[in-house]
Amino acid sequence: MSLTQKSAAELGRLIASGETSAVEVAQAHLDRITSVEGKVKAFLHVDAETTLAQARAVDERRAAGEELGPLAGVPIAHKDVFTTVDMPTTAGSRILENWRPPYDATITRRLREAGLVFLGKTNLDEFAMGSSTENSAYGPTHNPWDLTRIAGGSSGGSAAAVAAFEAPLSTGTDTGGSIRQPAAVTGIVGMKPTYGGSSRYGLIAFASSLDTPGPFARNVLDAALLHEAFSGHDPYDSTSIEAPVPPVAEAARQGDVAGLRIGVIKEFSGEGYQPGVMARFRETVELLESLGAKVVELSCPSFTYALPAYYLIAPSEVSSNLARFDAMRYGLRVGDDGTRSAEEVMALTRAAGFGPEVKRRIMLGTYALSSGYYDAYYGQAQKVRTLIARDFEAAFHQVDVLISPTTPTTAFPIGERADDPMAMYLADLCTIPTNLAGNAAISIPCGLADEDDLPVGLQIIAPVLGDDRCYRVGAAVERALHDRWGGDLLSKAPAL
Amino acid sequence: MTETTTTLMAYDEALVRFEPVLGIETHVELGTASKMFCGCPTVFGGAPNTQVCPVCLGLPGALPVANAQAIESTIRIGLALNCSIAEWCRFARKNYFYPDMPKNFQISQYDEPLCFDGYLDVEVDGKVHRVGIERVHLEEDTGKSTHMGGATGRIHGADYSIVDYNRAGIPLVEIVTKPIEGTDSLAPEVAKAYATELRELMRALGVSDVRMEEGSMRCDVNVSLMPRGSSEWGTRTETKNVNSLRSVERSVRHEIERQAAVLAAGGRIVQETRHFHEDTGATTSGRSKEEAQDYRYFPEPDLVPIAPARSFVEELKATLPELPSVKRARLMAEWSVSALDMEAMYNADAVDLVEATVAAGAPAADARKWWMGELARRANESGTALAELAITPAQVARVTELVASGALNDKLARQVFEGVLAGEGSPDEVVAARGLQIVNDEGELSAIIDQVIADNADAADKVRNGKVAAVGALVGGVMKASRGKADAGRARELLLEKLGVTG
Repeated sequence: MSLTQKSAAELGRLIASGETSAVEVAQAHLDRITSVEGKVKAFLHVDAETTLAQARAVDERRAAGEELGPLAGVPIAHKDVFTTVDMPTTAGSRILENWRPPYDATITRRLREAGLVFLGKTNLDEFAMGSSTENSAYGPTHNPWDLTRIAGGSSGGSAAAVAAFEAPLSTGTDTGGSIRQPAAVTGIVGMKPTYGGSSRYGLIAFASSLDTPGPFARNVLDAALLHEAFSGHDPYDSTSIEAPVPPVAEAARQGDVAGLRIGVIKEFSGEGYQPGVMARFRETVELLESLGAKVVELSCPSFTYALPAYYLIAPSEVSSNLARFDAMRYGLRVGDDGTRSAEEVMALTRAAGFGPEVKRRIMLGTYALSSGYYDAYYGQAQKVRTLIARDFEAAFHQVDVLISPTTPTTAFPIGERADDPMAMYLADLCTIPTNLAGNAAISIPCGLADEDDLPVGLQIIAPVLGDDRCYRVGAAVERALHDRWGGDLLSKAPAL
Repeated sequence: MTETTTTLMAYDEALVRFEPVLGIETHVELGTASKMFCGCPTVFGGAPNTQVCPVCLGLPGALPVANAQAIESTIRIGLALNCSIAEWCRFARKNYFYPDMPKNFQISQYDEPLCFDGYLDVEVDGKVHRVGIERVHLEEDTGKSTHMGGATGRIHGADYSIVDYNRAGIPLVEIVTKPIEGTDSLAPEVAKAYATELRELMRALGVSDVRMEEGSMRCDVNVSLMPRGSSEWGTRTETKNVNSLRSVERSVRHEIERQAAVLAAGGRIVQETRHFHEDTGATTSGRSKEEAQDYRYFPEPDLVPIAPARSFVEELKATLPELPSVKRARLMAEWSVSALDMEAMYNADAVDLVEATVAAGAPAADARKWWMGELARRANESGTALAELAITPAQVARVTELVASGALNDKLARQVFEGVLAGEGSPDEVVAARGLQIVNDEGELSAIIDQVIADNADAADKVRNGKVAAVGALVGGVMKASRGKADAGRARELLLEKLGVTG
């Protein structure tokens, strides 16, 4: 088995034991990137020299006798929305083309300190707004399962990089499903931690009250190891939770559902749900029962309003968060020819620098916050948010975790929904309630849909700070399915 | 920007026809060591853009963390202004585009201020006016724009602008009054007294250096007029960034005279911001507010709510310092001075100095005499603030002690002050170095007196013949001959004795 096929946990062990080096591992992944990146287009930035220098530094730290974490020397790709001092950070937007941040995000800093080696920055929908990476100013990422299809979004580049074996691990952010949906459609594991469990400092904001950084990996344990490596209270993020990180790696190793109460959310089925997706989901429910879990169906009535509430709250925050991109201090500047006012330069820059989806959301949000409309839109949406949190609360009185398909459909063809924002928004139907309530959820692969032989994701939702439950259930399902499949799902993917 | 000549109505006439209503919004920069939402220093006068970081520059990804000291100071201000303190409140984003605002929104507070519903009593001509306080809230300052080229220094007509973000993110407390009614013709004085009292309060609390000339306290003054007999307020104007106490008074007076003229001529007042000009004492039109800006306020999602524990608020309340009005009353009694004298001391920023001098052992009358007299004169001459003079209250107290003991007289004391201020050392060192000791040697004094009597035979004769008043000239002669070092009282005694006149 080549180095790029191995799990992150295994690579960490091999590097620690000296059987291989961080440099060898990094080089193997850089070679893989060279060979498949032309088809997948997962990365916006790769710089072999910087990567190898980081890898050498880890090998030197190890040689000097430094005690390093379990992922030291393991390569990782970062969604290009986390600031990195040694690589540009664009958020997938023209307005930040070539921007070099003067500081590291808390997450990139912590991973750097833990000895992870950065392969580069991955593609995303502009400012993380989208479900397909088609909104990236730098072109879409292609699904390694079928290059004519989307890899999901907004963290599509990070998901595709892991699914294409260009990286064993990657970071993403999930505002309405932007980790779970791409994980589902590329057949990998993606976790949205509890809001406040992973720091947002240095994460270029989309919607501050929803944005949640999280891990991608090809298996549950790797995701948990990465989750642990970057989590924990951050004094630079006021919304960061001051509580111990839930024992996610331990839970992933445990992988046991005997006696667990599991709820199936009634609202997430029916019209719009692909039959092949529902078939795999029902099989997984039966699997969980066979493993000793007690499965019940329950209703979360307010979830019906989650999508409209989300599309008021998120754009409102967008309209304010993206105001800073005004050409005055950094990034693109258009029209500054000495005759125009600052206001005109701001307007011209924003007109040229933002793509259509970003502009649509800025306008929606500006409208929703306007005097006279605030109560009807933003205020009302916040009330829905409270109702959704209550639905979750009531559900978690009855069950330990909730499950649903991660997305209603498998990966759709590139271009199919590009001109239909509503159809695009529906890709996040099952994932959005969790962002509105702030609790934890994971997506793990649960098979291929019969219609198109494309991956289907199972979503496992836990209460706030119950992140370990996602990993525990996820690991149990993963083990049982691997036994059934005789290996992991990605082994069924066509060669690139 | 030019404006057609402004017509004014004489102040007295304006007051006969109209009644003013005021409202004052005051911004106070807190003197915290670090900025409101990051760790950058707040010291004034640093080289441009050297006190900045990703947070206060609003770089992509940066997040604010609220300064606990600033929240505490704001609560103390609220308590000193007799406000209620919110049990739970949030920061809000005020959205508008301007190059000196790094994020293009200001973190402020909207409908949930930290402190609300208080008052401040101010005294004008012996009458107390209670000024209601609507709210006290916390926000961040913006950067400072300088508009280059162009005649007015304003953005319109400028060739280009430069921005210094050192000020961006400095904690700013906004104190908003309720409408101030019933001041009548005293409106300008009440406005000034309010600003003065507020400044004293900030000083007493130690939360800000409140230097209006540096902009660490600035007032926006709202004025409207209503016709006598009406109870419906007129349209108001807001004169922005008035930056001295005297200007607060003058701007109110000017707006009353200007608005009265407009209204009397059948015109209407435009709701707008106006700028005050120190040189002319006039206000000119700024930005019209009739097309109201929509700031699209919403709760700041990057910060958690402020929920000060009641026990914490009680503790802050219990440890508030003596407030200026209370202190003023106490000092007037202790020092036996009139309200007018007290006001003069406040205006000269001498109260704390006098108090410290008294604490160092000087009689209040002497302490006040020196600080308000000789020392105020010297401060004025050198263009420095009284407190900045190179002399300590303890040193002033020592001089008064030397005078009281007879070692110095007032004239010598002035020379001692001169020496201390010139950096020649402590009062005792100056006395020694300059040889300023009063001549106490009776033999030396006696010899000088004999000489003076001999030199002024006519005057001496007059005294001998009973015209005691003529001794003054002889005392003067002794002082002159001793170069001021003689004790004038003792010289007089000895002169009369030698001339055979008994006091």
